[in-house]
Amino acid sequence: MTIIHSVHRQYVHVRIKGDLDLKTAEPLRDSLDQLIDRYGDKDLVLDLEDVPFIDSSGLGVVLGRYRRLTQQNRSLRLEGVRPSVKVVLELAGIDSIISIGESPEGRPTTPQPQA
Amino acid sequence: MLNRVQLRFLSLADNVGLARIAVAQLAGQARFTLSDIEEIKVAVSEAVSNAVIHGYQGRADGWIQVDVTLDEAGIEILVEDWGVGIADIQKAREPGHSADPERMGLGFVFMESFMHGLEVESALGEGTRVHMRRFVTWSGELSRDVQ
Ligand SMILES: Nc1ncnc2c1ncn2[C@@H]1O[C@H](COP(=O)(O)OP(=O)(O)OP(=O)(O)O)[C@@H](O)[C@H]1O
Ligand SMILES: [Mg+2]
Repeated sequence: MTIIHSVHRQYVHVRIKGDLDLKTAEPLRDSLDQLIDRYGDKDLVLDLEDVPFIDSSGLGVVLGRYRRLTQQNRSLRLEGVRPSVKVVLELAGIDSIISIGESPEGRPTTPQPQA
Repeated sequence: MLNRVQLRFLSLADNVGLARIAVAQLAGQARFTLSDIEEIKVAVSEAVSNAVIHGYQGRADGWIQVDVTLDEAGIEILVEDWGVGIADIQKAREPGHSADPERMGLGFVFMESFMHGLEVESALGEGTRVHMRRFVTWSGELSRDVQ
């Protein structure tokens, strides 16, 4: 897993690449916590476009950062969520508390004219 | 039977992905859809992660075995560890129940929801066996919550 971040006026954008599981949970948590602390007044946007897989260990990290941020009146948003990851987020009910944007491939295509 | 594979590996976090990929490759030999395979991967990841985290409590020298049988009807997966075992299986399977306050207690929920059957056997001090199966379905005739 690798992460690349860019700092914007109101938020830090973090692009994550790789599977989020037991192996990557700890380094991900550490990196995100560092960013949360370093940019203490900004929101966090996690771009999951290059995350093909997540399980409960990865979800635990996302939810934990969400809790930290909301305690400080800051927000967490997910972006580029792929269908395979979205299924897991929905089953966990996370889609009802965290704002989720889909990946281009997961978005409904423009409606075709009716034949 | 179409195929059968047994994997035996040490209780290392690195091996969770290995087990997941091996089972996904195997499932690809049956008529599962790509999204079926994604869900099977989550179930395998949960069972193997539990063996590493809870079964062996972070010890790296425990064995984990994954036994996968594939036939026309679907896939059967047995994940076994010889770790600490589970005192109260029913309680452990409840959504939100976790031995670790940092965790969400969703692993068994995912296994149950993404598979078409889940059995857990465990004895304290002896270990845990998680048995899961998933049937090949035709255009979603069996819904995910069918057990
Ligand atoms: N192989 C195992 N050996 C010993 N205990 C286990 C094993 N698998 C599960 N458990 C027990 O069952 C509980 C519930 O497991 P489950 O996977 O549902 O949640 P979790 O692992 O605690 O959290 P999450 O999966 O959301 O990270 C665990 O907290 C643990 O106490
Ligand atoms: Mg678990």
